Amino acid sequence: MYKLGIDVGGTNTDAVLIDENLKVVAEVKHPTSGDIYDGIMGAVKNILELSGIDRGEIGKAMLGTTQCTNAIVERKNLAPIAVLRIGAPAAVGIPPMTDWAEDLKKIVVAEKMIGGGFEHDGKELAPLDEETAQAFFQEVKGKVESVAISCVFSTVRNEHELRAAELCREIMGKDIHISVSGEIGSMGLVERENATILNSALCKVAQRFTEGFARSLAGLGVTNAAIYLSQNDGTLMTMEQALRYPILTIACGPTNSIRGASHLSRLENALVIDVGGTTTDLGVMRNGFPRESSVAATIGGVRTNFRMPDVLTIGLGGGSIVRQREDGTVTVGPDSVGYRITEKALIFGGDTVTATDIAVRLGMYELGDKSKVAGIDEGFALKAMEVISRLVEDALDAMKVSNSDVDVILVGGGSIILPEKLAGAMSVTKPEHFGTANAIGSAISKVSGTYEKLVDYEKIPREEALAQAKREAVEIAVEAGAVRETVEIIDVEDVPLAYYPGKTNRVKIKAAGDLGS
Amino acid sequence: MRKIGISEIEDIALGAALLGAGGGGDPYIGKLVAISAVRECGPVTLLDPEEVPDDALVVPIAMMGAPTVLGEKAIGGNEYQTLYDMVSQFYGKKIYAFMPIEAGGVNSMLPIAAAARMGLPLVDADGMGRAFPELQMVTFTIGGLSATPMALTDEKGNCVIFDTITNKWTEELARAVTMSCGGSVSVCLYVMEGKILKQYAIKNIITRSEMLGRAIHNLRKNSANTPEETFFQATEGFKLFKGKIEDVLRETRGAFNFGKVVLEGIGEYKGREAYVEFQNENLVACVDGEIVGTVPDLICLVDTETFTPITTDALKYGKRVFVVGLKCFEMWRTTKGLELVGPRYFGCDTDYIPIEKRVKGGRV
Repeated sequence: MYKLGIDVGGTNTDAVLIDENLKVVAEVKHPTSGDIYDGIMGAVKNILELSGIDRGEIGKAMLGTTQCTNAIVERKNLAPIAVLRIGAPAAVGIPPMTDWAEDLKKIVVAEKMIGGGFEHDGKELAPLDEETAQAFFQEVKGKVESVAISCVFSTVRNEHELRAAELCREIMGKDIHISVSGEIGSMGLVERENATILNSALCKVAQRFTEGFARSLAGLGVTNAAIYLSQNDGTLMTMEQALRYPILTIACGPTNSIRGASHLSRLENALVIDVGGTTTDLGVMRNGFPRESSVAATIGGVRTNFRMPDVLTIGLGGGSIVRQREDGTVTVGPDSVGYRITEKALIFGGDTVTATDIAVRLGMYELGDKSKVAGIDEGFALKAMEVISRLVEDALDAMKVSNSDVDVILVGGGSIILPEKLAGAMSVTKPEHFGTANAIGSAISKVSGTYEKLVDYEKIPREEALAQAKREAVEIAVEAGAVRETVEIIDVEDVPLAYYPGKTNRVKIKAAGDLGS
Repeated sequence: MRKIGISEIEDIALGAALLGAGGGGDPYIGKLVAISAVRECGPVTLLDPEEVPDDALVVPIAMMGAPTVLGEKAIGGNEYQTLYDMVSQFYGKKIYAFMPIEAGGVNSMLPIAAAARMGLPLVDADGMGRAFPELQMVTFTIGGLSATPMALTDEKGNCVIFDTITNKWTEELARAVTMSCGGSVSVCLYVMEGKILKQYAIKNIITRSEMLGRAIHNLRKNSANTPEETFFQATEGFKLFKGKIEDVLRETRGAFNFGKVVLEGIGEYKGREAYVEFQNENLVACVDGEIVGTVPDLICLVDTETFTPITTDALKYGKRVFVVGLKCFEMWRTTKGLELVGPRYFGCDTDYIPIEKRVKGGRV
């Protein structure tokens, strides 16, 4: 059986087929058009023709998409929703969406703050006001497509959130889409609530892209494939999970390229530079997974705090426009010819000097018609390459955690513009199939399982409790489709809850393993 | 007298981050509390200290506790009514106006919310002119004023009045109650009459904060100068260094974060090195082994591109920063002032020399 990995980028939709030994069988790039399904259909069609494999032999299909980010930034296809915050009398001084742009606020039909919530040590701040919650759900029933529920310190205890969700289902029907903040964000009520509200608003978008993807595949005769979506921690979600937590797909692109780079280079710790047509993303790979960002991530002007890969983006890509100023200095980007590189760049017969033209002029790569760039002055080309190196080296330095040199992996179609030596890099690797690393990352993603429980360490010693919880997490990952031998514990968290008797801790374990074929 | 609304709050919050001198807590949550209050109750009247009658009761407002707890529980909104009732009852007198005690960081914002919610004016003054780590580090201490009687309340409505024998006891007792209340509370302290206010307060600090914030927000609108030139002109700041963060050393002792950030010169400072030591706030800046600025003058780190102030907990390897020196309030430069907040109080073995004298030849 084969795995099909797809990554929908701004310029290209990439598709790869990998076999049971995780070897790349075929890779293609197809322009991303206005309707992403045309792009997906095009890429899948091409790769099926190129590889000539039997369509029924594709057992898994993974999609990495930026649809959610685009929907929020462009304010398109967002669903009407209701927001319930539990925690009064705390936090009433900041109602939900206080600093949101007016046009985005319109997605919220009704909002309410009710009594409940917890203190930082797990003590109840106020009892949950079930009556008001029920009245609110009655009021919004039939008017909204999703409900976002947040609660003060739900990261410490989530009972009030879960109880409210239960009441919501009783009143609004079991099929109502519900987002609870404790499952989406971390500490910081406002940011966590923001992420939860956005998640609710994305429920329609998620439905469209999951169903659209399934339909595209079915239309091409790929009918045996189980469908998965990439999320931003390098693991996969099933269709059902993606429908519940669409926001977790945001920023899966850089994550996929880091995972793909790790797979292709067989390195576990390195800095990954992914050069596209217009921009370059830099991310840190730690034990094969992306390092998470420690600062608030802003999406479409909304401050959130859910986990995001720590990525630095700079305005440099294969299509970056190269210019000489009157004083003789040379600039590269930040503007780019983007997906029109195949008509605009000199080597393709166009009239614009791009970073790719410079790389071809300097003999770093063979592409297009070399004679078209022979006329570029070598001094000018060298100056431009110096600018490119400096842009990347500065960014590389900003992403490092200390001043010691790191291993660097170059991926992405535009990475041909980068030199083989970079200051601050111990080694620079450009693996085979570097151009489709993100689609490969999507195809080789792991599946995970999370186990969470309150444990009293006085009754069960910590060591024993953690070992038990780890076993449970592994079972959940295996149930989700992971191959048992490959499952590893990727996250261990225990938070002491001082208010509880004894030494009660909230234990949370995440395990991930390779998806069977 | 003038009104402050939402756009002024945006500017004051950014200016307050700079006046935080690396500490004081991120004003973001405070800003949302202030904006919500003004949106609901209308703009706040800002009074010049000279407009306050001598016998009027002026009450500083602040939050105490852990910023992470503030980030979850924020402010309920009724705390200010509770504090108003407690203080006016205790003194048998109506409160005339609120004011901040600490213009740097998150405590710059909460008095605006209190003034909006209670319909009272806000006095354009504070007791620090920046952020400081300890309770007694206010100009009113020089005037012999005690922090207590201090009123404390949580969002649930629990309230306490402290009457203590020393400010050290105030810290200790208030910390214990704050923990029991869930880790973040609102307080009134250094309650004073207009006469004392006019004598010892740092005047027009909110206006200064607003001016600083507006300047940073608008750096790119001035086409005649580079953002860097505009920044240093607008803030009247001294450029002490431009560098890349090479290392950050941290240590938690008691309730304070101690540490040191090491910088490697970039641009016109290439080949030179510097470090800044901090205890919550930045204390000392040193370039090539020579001290270029100390407390109580403000030592601030700002991003070289956006000029956004960087707090000590956000320091990270590779960040490019300017080290900026700002003059402190004159009263801090007196003998009594330096006893409270001079470099030796913070364990730095150096005399205080005003920043403009440390930087040879004045402004760089």
